Amino acid sequence: MKKASALNNLLSEIGDLYLFIIKFFKEGFKPRYEFAEFFRQCYYIGNKTLPLIAVTGFIIGLVVTIQSYPSLEVFGTESWMPSVVSVSLVRELVPVITALICAGKIASGIGAELGSMKVTEQIDAMEVSGTNPFKYLVVTRVFATTLMLPLLMILCDTISLYGAYIAVDMKQASTFHLFTSQIFIKLTFGDLIPSIIKSLFFGFAIGIIGCFKGYYTKNGTQGVGKAANTAVVSATFALFIIDLIAVQIADIFHIIT
Amino acid sequence: MKTENTNTSVISIKGLKKSFDENHVLRDFSVELAEGENLVVLGKSGSGKSVLIKCIIGLMKPDEGNIEVFGENVMTLSHDELDEMRVKVGFLFQSNALYDSMTIRENLEFPLRRHWDKNTQGNINDLVMEALSNVGLESTVDKMPSELSGGMQKRIALARTLILKPKIILYDEPTTGLDPITGKEICHLIVDMQKKYNTSSIIISHDINCVKITANRIVMLIDGLCYATGTFEELSNSKDEKIQQFFD
Repeated sequence: MKKASALNNLLSEIGDLYLFIIKFFKEGFKPRYEFAEFFRQCYYIGNKTLPLIAVTGFIIGLVVTIQSYPSLEVFGTESWMPSVVSVSLVRELVPVITALICAGKIASGIGAELGSMKVTEQIDAMEVSGTNPFKYLVVTRVFATTLMLPLLMILCDTISLYGAYIAVDMKQASTFHLFTSQIFIKLTFGDLIPSIIKSLFFGFAIGIIGCFKGYYTKNGTQGVGKAANTAVVSATFALFIIDLIAVQIADIFHIIT
Repeated sequence: MKTENTNTSVISIKGLKKSFDENHVLRDFSVELAEGENLVVLGKSGSGKSVLIKCIIGLMKPDEGNIEVFGENVMTLSHDELDEMRVKVGFLFQSNALYDSMTIRENLEFPLRRHWDKNTQGNINDLVMEALSNVGLESTVDKMPSELSGGMQKRIALARTLILKPKIILYDEPTTGLDPITGKEICHLIVDMQKKYNTSSIIISHDINCVKITANRIVMLIDGLCYATGTFEELSNSKDEKIQQFFD
């Protein structure tokens, strides 16, 4: 009985999320456009997440390279290190790590902020002052996360590759010029573009789930905590589902081309 | 309290019904608000008072009944038409609902910027300062809501409600959470603002002191119905037990 009820709740929530997404596309492209709030959100999401992304990217690049070195050394293919590491970083690791960090920081932030606005009647206050709160709060945030995720990912790519260079230089003295030329032997736009497209979907998922959880918060302050928490969990789960689908599509694309 | 009110009805509610599952909060509620009148809706907690004014402003949909504001049926208005109506109807929330990520200036500017094209008098800064001087809090203009006391927040919320110069103001328990002295100050402020801007008001309350100061007429909301209506004197002298329990 309990399992049936849980399944019922899950399906009901997926249905509500679907309607929320439909509403986003209906409202998102109609005037009035809230540009000021959109840029404020871009600043908040991009600028505030930048240091975390930068440090994590550097560490990931460094660690992945150091960890991969012994395996390549066994086969005497250490010179492939820049190509191998750069492809794995750009295609998979950096987009996923960037999205996971953003899911933790942004989805929970949006969930908590909108949740708190909901329980303190600020969203109702916006509505009675003649403002469409969905446009002002949801549309701007979702567009901002969708735009900022790929930008953060590209930045994280660059920093992680620099981290990889440091690690390569530690293991086998190399120049930056040699390292970059070895990277671009294998790394092409065909690797970068799918990960940018994937990041757009990651950004959309983080924004829409954070907003969905916050916008429909119930049960006072307890509900705010729950909204923040479930926003992170649901967004993280959605990221892996999107990644799974994206990998299949990218694979088909690679086979065709 | 006595004011000059005409018989022109600005809000007309007929046969309003609203239920939450098995809880029938409004059963067949009807009332009219005359122009220039301060109408207090008095009832116990959970009796549906807040639901009533949320239905008037379009935040909730009633199950049945008719609500007309300035002759327009709220239930049939489109989203844009509802926004137009909301410029003429202010709402003071029980929790104040100040935007806590914005300064007091930004809080007051927010509704103004939304409707600036319709607002031709003066510039935004002058209107913000005028609204703050009405509530005696000009010095708080660059503060955050969290830096203010509950009473000050209520005054700012009132200033924000008044900034678009609405014709009708709906007050949701304006003295809740305030000490009796501050509560009394807020009630006098409500009366002063009503006189200054010649607004009509519906005030939701169960604070008898507030009712005494602000009401021209009282409607008793009991069991989802308009149980009784009259002036403060009339109702406070009633022999009816259900009415008397509010005045004892």
